[in-house]
Amino acid sequence: MKPFTKIISIITPFDKANVDTDQIIPKQFLKLITKSGFGKFLFYDWRFDHDGQEKNDFILNDSTYHNSQILITNENFGCGSSREHAVWALKDFGFDVIISPSFADIFYSNCFKNGVLPIILDIGKIKKLLKFKDKIELDLDSQKITFGDESINFEIDLHRKIRLLEGLDDIDLTLKEDEKIEYFEKNSSRISIFE
Amino acid sequence: MTETLFEKIWNSHIVVEKENEPSLIYIDRHLIHEVTSPQAFDGLRANHRDVRRRDLTVATIDHNVPTTDRSLPMIDETSSTQIKTLEKNCKDFGIKLFGINDPNQGIVHVIGPQLGITLPGSTIVCGDSHTSTQGAFGAFAFGIGTSEVEHTLATQTLWLEKPKTFEILATGKRKNSFAITSKDIILSIIKQIGTDGGTGHVLEYRGDAITDLSMEQRMTICNMSIEAGSRAGLIAPDEKTYDYLNNRMYTPKNYDDLVDDWKKNLMSDANSKFDKSFTIDVEKIEPQVSWGTNPAMVSDVTGKIPTPEDFGQNNEIQIESAKKALLYMDLKPDTPIIEIPIDRVFIGSCTNARLEDLKDAAEIVKGKTVNSDVGAIVVPGSQMVKLEAEKLGLDKIFKDANFEWRESGCSMCLGMNPDILKPGERCASTSNRNFEGRQGSGGRTHLVSPVMAAASAIAGHFVDVREWC
Repeated sequence: MKPFTKIISIITPFDKANVDTDQIIPKQFLKLITKSGFGKFLFYDWRFDHDGQEKNDFILNDSTYHNSQILITNENFGCGSSREHAVWALKDFGFDVIISPSFADIFYSNCFKNGVLPIILDIGKIKKLLKFKDKIELDLDSQKITFGDESINFEIDLHRKIRLLEGLDDIDLTLKEDEKIEYFEKNSSRISIFE
Repeated sequence: MTETLFEKIWNSHIVVEKENEPSLIYIDRHLIHEVTSPQAFDGLRANHRDVRRRDLTVATIDHNVPTTDRSLPMIDETSSTQIKTLEKNCKDFGIKLFGINDPNQGIVHVIGPQLGITLPGSTIVCGDSHTSTQGAFGAFAFGIGTSEVEHTLATQTLWLEKPKTFEILATGKRKNSFAITSKDIILSIIKQIGTDGGTGHVLEYRGDAITDLSMEQRMTICNMSIEAGSRAGLIAPDEKTYDYLNNRMYTPKNYDDLVDDWKKNLMSDANSKFDKSFTIDVEKIEPQVSWGTNPAMVSDVTGKIPTPEDFGQNNEIQIESAKKALLYMDLKPDTPIIEIPIDRVFIGSCTNARLEDLKDAAEIVKGKTVNSDVGAIVVPGSQMVKLEAEKLGLDKIFKDANFEWRESGCSMCLGMNPDILKPGERCASTSNRNFEGRQGSGGRTHLVSPVMAAASAIAGHFVDVREWC
């Protein structure tokens, strides 16, 4: 995974609550067997009409936001299905950061595995950010978002932050604990399905 | 110190624990299906890694399978590719697969318990959010993403932050235990605690109204924990649990010893502390029907479609969501639920396609005919459920009433297969999600119990099933 670097981008305001992963990436696009190429299907049913034409009133079709790397959304983002395809689609489309008052658990966890930073901010801070139309600067290392002369800090679990900043591979890290896994298996034998 | 059931399971699975960091948790059972696994196997190959514990891993095919005649070639090439990919991955890595023509094929959360793979006190994962179903057996069972599928394959562990605990205490007795089902209980709970009420928490369902339920009914409750935002929901095992798992195909040989051990350990200690608690009196619960586009937008069958303002209760975001939902669902406030006509009926899914569900629905259907404006299908949760149902003659009851009787699979719950709604069609569905487009682009889903779905199929609109039995 690539290390997470400082981001300078305008924000895409996406004023919806309880956005489920079925909306982020509808089921008809889950049949690919790779991790790439999902961006073009992001929010498919909201972005395109039945003839496959872009809907003018959908925010992601507004060219103002075409190079935006930051999506700001409303509460309980990513609820429903565990499909990691939702994160792959957001990342492939260009979003590296999702800001919301709250996230669904599985989606939140899936973000970190793919170098996407989910930031939890209270509504007050989000409203402040949304008023700012220029590029903002987001620095994970100092956990700071700077916009114009102002800045706000955000919280993030230290462990997860380090993994993102260094682009560490989870499995590599776990395999370093191999002796402990073996020790656990020896001391508390697991019940095989096929004994 | 007292511990909850979840804490006991968690503590007995810690491989590595560090202060203020996620813990490395051992995984006892890993179930795999075709949609969320191909990229995980690719990752193993790319990094020259192997599967650590084949003996704790099984796979099946459920999301993509057509539910019509399986001897015919699959029309959808991409589905076919995904299925073939899983077959190849299982062969290459030596994983047991219950394939498309296997008598044990079925929806992954249905076959786990049915084959005795699901065990009390264990940790169970699957790349599918409805893995929570198996919490009904007193297991910590939860859905994971594809990266975590790969991680589990390679290490048989996962890094997890310890969730908080949330007690759902269900008291009282249902007024009509046939017409008011565990589906109505869980929909009522989600209606009240919201779709994110359980986020960050493991739910433990407790109380007489829970122990009163059969194992299959308990699975329906735990299944929908994720619709309340909880990755996992569980119920302490009891005699019903131990009876259910006895003598299944993969029930462990030393089962009696295990049961003795589980009986001593697998319960929340008296006076154990939960981080949150919610009480529901099931005596007040009526049959439920969802009217919106998330599983908290639910009404009593005797109720009416709410106004967005009544639903939102001064919460702007909720009011806005309800407005959008009514627009999508093409419903007007104050419409009585029982006046809503339906086009399709789907009895199926990991929520409600086990034998009891089909038996109860058949009880309603027997001797009647599906309304001529309605297309109705029954999709058993597994091939084994299908066979058992056929032995009881349920297939004949459904077919005589003009229901289609299908092969098992996820089917119209998520429409990754040919079973989908057309734009604008309205469906009474026993599944778990009424999200926009879930059952087909533009389709409108109303979540109900199997008996409600069956009665509505006959009537052509929603009905109060209490008047039918």
